[in-house]
Amino acid sequence: MQLIEGEKDQILAIVGEVLKNSPKQREDLIPLLQKVQAKLGYLPALAMEKIADGLNIPAADVYGLATFYNQFRLNPPGKHQVKVCLGTACYMVGGDITLESFERRMEIKEGETSPDRLYSLERVACVGCCTMAPVAVVDEEVEGKVTPTRVDGIMLALQDEEKKNEKELKSNQEEGEDA
Amino acid sequence: MSNFTPAEIYKELLEEAISQGEARKEKTRVLVGTATCGVAAGALKIKEDFLREIESKNLSDDVDVFEVGCIGHCYAEPLAIIAKPGHPAICYGRLDDGLVHRLVEDFLVADDPSYEYAMAALERNDVFPTFEDFPRGIYEKKLILEQCGFIDARDVNSYLAREGYSGLAKALVEKPEWVLEEIKAANLRGRGGAGFPAGLKWEACIKSKGDAIYVICNADEGDPGAFMDRSILESDPHLVIEGMILCAYTVGAQKGYLYIRAEYPRAVTHVQEALEQARMKGLLGNSILGTDFNFDLEIFQGSGAFVCGEATALVNSMEGKMGMPESRPPRLAQKGYRGKPTVLNNVKTFAYVPLIIRNGADWFKETGTPESPGTAVFSLVGKVVNTGLVEVPMGTTLRQLIYDVGDGLPNDREFKAVQIGGPSGGCLPESALDVPIDFDSLQDAGAIMGSGGLVVMDEDDCMVSVARYFLEFTQHESCGKCTFCRLGTKHMLDILTDITKGKGDGDSLALLEELAEDVRDGSLCNLGRTAPNPVLTTLKYFRDEYIAHIEEGRCPALACRDLILYYIEPPKCSKLCNVCVGSCPTEAIFTRDDGLKEIDQEKCVKCDNCLKACPGEYNAVVKISPPVLPPEKVRVAK
Repeated sequence: MQLIEGEKDQILAIVGEVLKNSPKQREDLIPLLQKVQAKLGYLPALAMEKIADGLNIPAADVYGLATFYNQFRLNPPGKHQVKVCLGTACYMVGGDITLESFERRMEIKEGETSPDRLYSLERVACVGCCTMAPVAVVDEEVEGKVTPTRVDGIMLALQDEEKKNEKELKSNQEEGEDA
Repeated sequence: MSNFTPAEIYKELLEEAISQGEARKEKTRVLVGTATCGVAAGALKIKEDFLREIESKNLSDDVDVFEVGCIGHCYAEPLAIIAKPGHPAICYGRLDDGLVHRLVEDFLVADDPSYEYAMAALERNDVFPTFEDFPRGIYEKKLILEQCGFIDARDVNSYLAREGYSGLAKALVEKPEWVLEEIKAANLRGRGGAGFPAGLKWEACIKSKGDAIYVICNADEGDPGAFMDRSILESDPHLVIEGMILCAYTVGAQKGYLYIRAEYPRAVTHVQEALEQARMKGLLGNSILGTDFNFDLEIFQGSGAFVCGEATALVNSMEGKMGMPESRPPRLAQKGYRGKPTVLNNVKTFAYVPLIIRNGADWFKETGTPESPGTAVFSLVGKVVNTGLVEVPMGTTLRQLIYDVGDGLPNDREFKAVQIGGPSGGCLPESALDVPIDFDSLQDAGAIMGSGGLVVMDEDDCMVSVARYFLEFTQHESCGKCTFCRLGTKHMLDILTDITKGKGDGDSLALLEELAEDVRDGSLCNLGRTAPNPVLTTLKYFRDEYIAHIEEGRCPALACRDLILYYIEPPKCSKLCNVCVGSCPTEAIFTRDDGLKEIDQEKCVKCDNCLKACPGEYNAVVKISPPVLPPEKVRVAK
């Protein structure tokens, strides 16, 4: 994933700050990665390299750990995050079909972020509301009984919201120019 | 050492907690179930609704709204309990803003408890039945879930007022050996899945005489479809903490960790708060209850790897390494975290400890079977009416659990199988339903107690696809250390995928069985050793389904998407209805010249939408397997 403008400085600043305030033993590596991810939303390659330098261990060790555990993500989260539950109960009523429908609408695969960073799609093990299966978590809101038609509805709502935002941004800019 | 005995210090804490509780009881209390499951169903919004309605009626000074944990009746979320002085506390389910409005107006303002919307009362009374009066009440017995959903998880006094920490106060005047003997006498078996006696584990740790001993609670629940550990930590964190302190006292530990999945943010927050409150009350930290016993606890956030449920892998991950298991011995009791003797038990195991110490080993053995005393906790999900967390005595049969506690299958569907123990467990058929639930009987039947996930399946579920689902999970979660687990599961998964696509051949099943045995025998830890279980049990009990896939290219449950097609029966289709056309996400359904609808098989993604959308009076959409249209149904021209 390409870094966007100004992101490099932000990554360096945050990693530097986290490293400064944390113990730097090997057993602190997972908590360190968790802290950085909590601030950045993901673990960019640059951050992993800097953490490896800070702990004086090979960058491959950090990458190994980050890819071993499910919690760590290597792609930036989209502005709208969708997590599709594929726990046993959801799978049995077609959670995979739901996931596929999102993939089709977002034009990305599970685990990816759209190039404009608007959408990201993930699968999760179990959200814990099996009665509402199949379940998807859209921007922290739990949606139950998500059929492909509902997926279309959700995506339309999100796109609508984006269009509105864009329009507002534009009119704000125009106002700014007028002033 | 303090001048007061632990009993005296405890008495003071208890009295303070009780008087706070009494003061609260004078007001009306609304308890909203806000464990993760409740939140998912909208409980936080319900709480807001209550607060808003209460404020609009100017009742804010008379009514308190609290968050409690999981009440256990997930099928009726969001749930709330209203305790108004002069009435029994009553639980209401399936709340929405309208019902909240109604309850505030009719019950809180006026004095009508609106029994027509009530689920059950929480205490015995003359007007309304309690949860124990439900048909399932005779089978359920709540020990560790007893207080979940009824106490304020974020207030230590709420736990204290119900005799919380009395086990600790009792134990601290006794020798550690007394606690150990009590746990051994109770025959408390580890609830992580394998059922190893906790007392023996603790004893081994004491005998290894290391200079530092650690106590770790395994809350790295990774089974997709099981959430008991999360619910307990979210709803009653002090029960687990007290159990860990008692364990630490017994083995002589000064430091302990709760290894909690980072995906459980509510559990992490609740435990964090509970630890701080316990420290403030002198129940944790230095000189606990005035004695010279010191012990402190910390949270380690696990990063989500199923294999970290394995003891040695968990310890490796705490040390900042990849969570890969090591060969045992040495066991953790000899050489665990940081190379020191370590006790590692599951959340539920620790949760039983305070109750055993409080009530005695004999009390514990009254429930359950002689070999597996106590209760079993399951998250009951899948095709069953009453989904939720259930706790039943060991020895209850699966049939009782599914049909009496779970109230059977919804929509008059036929039972097909029950999957127990998650990815490490097995699928048992109808004929095995009279197996009693305990560690040994389930193992004999080919499943395991495991983590406690219990998924009920009906005739619409394809056993090959279910086996494939679990294997896909274990294959993905295999840490890669052992060749058979890493490659064997992958190879098995490929074979199963082929079968679900109708590409299996005559040798597939023999090869699958051979590989399953090799993976089982050639893996170091229980992830690999049990990974073939779902495949082996489905092969044993549902072999005909595999054969139908391979030989006829047919999925008997009409579930494998490569082996079915959707078809609209012309005689049943109403020409005037357009629902299916609108429901299709790929525009595969079109209206023919004669007004009937037809599916363009090229475009169809088999999403099942049209079948669900077609109105019940027509039911014109059917699934056909194998996916070949009989000649009379093929239309020549569109």
